[in-house]
Amino acid sequence: MSKLARRIAAIVLAALLSACATKQGSVVLLPERDGKNSAVVVTKGGAQVQLAQPYAAANLTSGGAKAYQSSAQEVQAYFGAALAAQPLPPAQFTLYFIEGKDEFTAESKAIIDRVFTEIAKRPVPDVVVIGHTDRVGSDAINDPLSRQRAEVVRTALVARGIGVDKVVAVGRGKREPVVQTAEGVAEARNRRVEIQVR
Amino acid sequence: MAHAQICPRGRLLLTSLALGLALSAAHAEIGQIKSAKGQVAVERKGQVLAGQVGMLLELSDVLKTGGDGAVGLTMRDNSLLSAGPNSILALERFEFDPTTSQGRFDSQLRRGTLAVVSGRIAKQSPEAMTVRTPSAVLGVRGTEFVVSVDE
Repeated sequence: MSKLARRIAAIVLAALLSACATKQGSVVLLPERDGKNSAVVVTKGGAQVQLAQPYAAANLTSGGAKAYQSSAQEVQAYFGAALAAQPLPPAQFTLYFIEGKDEFTAESKAIIDRVFTEIAKRPVPDVVVIGHTDRVGSDAINDPLSRQRAEVVRTALVARGIGVDKVVAVGRGKREPVVQTAEGVAEARNRRVEIQVR
Repeated sequence: MAHAQICPRGRLLLTSLALGLALSAAHAEIGQIKSAKGQVAVERKGQVLAGQVGMLLELSDVLKTGGDGAVGLTMRDNSLLSAGPNSILALERFEFDPTTSQGRFDSQLRRGTLAVVSGRIAKQSPEAMTVRTPSAVLGVRGTEFVVSVDE
């Protein structure tokens, strides 16, 4: 084969290969609302691509996942409709409790009003009430106590007019303290109930 | 501790009662449609239902949007999923314990576009949430991202 013919064959082969690597889709990491580190790990065939920076992206092709840098404009152009359909993120409120009891503090009562303002913003609101305790006592004590605290708040919300089937109460016990303390420390800021309006 | 005085059989009864309560608290619904636009359908157990705002979602539901359609879901763990036009999204696996935040959430985008904000499941265990496409698996490490699947 002549040099020219060999070169032409190489070009045709390269064109064929790239034509065969059809695009199947793409993935783009978005900037985190709260600024925390995050990542998506894309596994395709045997290979992995990690996306860890805002707008880090991967094209999924029959030849594998190929990393590239996307942009806010490109995301808006391709994903604008999906992003516009995104539900409002859950709104969070926190009420505090008197030690060892299921009564909430006076300041916390005003927060209930703000909860109802948030409920009114949403077409189909549902509410999750999550009770927490400090790190005094075992799970066997704190799980029911945290649940009781959540139930007190749930009852208060239902009394104020939200449908009984729209609120669930759950207890997280001492698993998620906002202030990290040693076991056995009575910490007022950990005795709380979170209200999430979704 | 009140139940230190309860006999073993009583304790067993209490445990099974608590378990029963926990099971009844484990709702059949795994999420809810919070926004919908244009044509939205939900395939459930061989039936095709109109997808409307407020509809509760169940395991194995497959959501489909038309050329003018879009749909937004809030899952029980606060994950937010929203699909653009001409999309097919399957909610393949969802398990969530609200007390421990342990669970598992796997979905598949078969076609179209999807925006994702991960929730409590991925926050608790970074390996516990994946979004698949027909050819790739996305492991979610607590994050917001978009994914598309071309036809």
